[in-house]
Amino acid sequence: MKSFLSFFTIGIFLGILFIKSEVASWFRIYEMFQFKSFHMYGIIGSGIALGILAIKYLKYSKAKDFGGKEITIKPKEKGFTRYIVGGIFFGLGWALAGACPGPMYVLLGSGLASILVLILGALLGTFVYGLLRDKLPH
Amino acid sequence: MEFISQTWQWYVAGPLIALTMFLLIKMGKKFGMSSNLRTMCSIGGAGKRVDFFNFDWKKDIWNLYVVAGVIFGGYIALQFLSPKAPQINQDVVVKLQELGINSTNTTFLPTELFSLESMLSIKGFSILLIGGFLVGFGARYAGGCTSGHAISGLSNLQLPSLTAVIGFFIGGLVMIHLIFPLIF
Repeated sequence: MKSFLSFFTIGIFLGILFIKSEVASWFRIYEMFQFKSFHMYGIIGSGIALGILAIKYLKYSKAKDFGGKEITIKPKEKGFTRYIVGGIFFGLGWALAGACPGPMYVLLGSGLASILVLILGALLGTFVYGLLRDKLPH
Repeated sequence: MEFISQTWQWYVAGPLIALTMFLLIKMGKKFGMSSNLRTMCSIGGAGKRVDFFNFDWKKDIWNLYVVAGVIFGGYIALQFLSPKAPQINQDVVVKLQELGINSTNTTFLPTELFSLESMLSIKGFSILLIGGFLVGFGARYAGGCTSGHAISGLSNLQLPSLTAVIGFFIGGLVMIHLIFPLIF
């Protein structure tokens, strides 16, 4: 129960953040790909800049997690094809739907049925990737 | 209270996203919003047919708790925290008008794409379903999405994540500059 509440609380925080910062707005994504506003770049850029500092701190201080266990941050598997090709597919969808996975869930709160279609599509896409995984170049 | 009703600027939102990632790492997890889709496929029984979904999803149940929170947080923000219609650059407003999207600066999401009426048309439904499909397919193929690669991966200075983010932008730019004029 404690674990549920802590993750649920983080989720609520993130949900409010996605709406109040307009990251979950289709218009903001379109504007970003038109390079006409600093808003999205500022969010992603400052998030990364602070993120780099946070991870450096965690690594150098050999910080433990709240449970007292050593923190290990797994490096991504090396590679090129899967990242560029998969990334392009993702980008096409991100621009068309105007939402990435986090915002899709957030937008359910709008009560619009169309968001369910987006999520259904995302589940289907995930499933089809699983089906085709061995046949795709990675 | 003013802070709550206004749009949160980038210099507030960006650091708060980094804070979320930091907290999730301190909780022994990681920040990524797309792996839960795999978890849901597994819970739905996809593991019986496809090996990729045959994993111990109970270990990943925490990411569904986060999703439940995100949905609830979105509901709170959209219903009670007076979300404003994003105010978009004027050049972009004009570009959208040329595409037939006129709800800019008046709604959070374009009614031309997300209204019930649009959803029930073949074109509208296809756009939503294909958009979602590409997001889900691409995120698993690339092994992460905006949060997993752009935020978590780049914060950890991972070259694969940089490759993925370049891919995100190639895809996004192709969609908006080359494909949008064809479909709208």
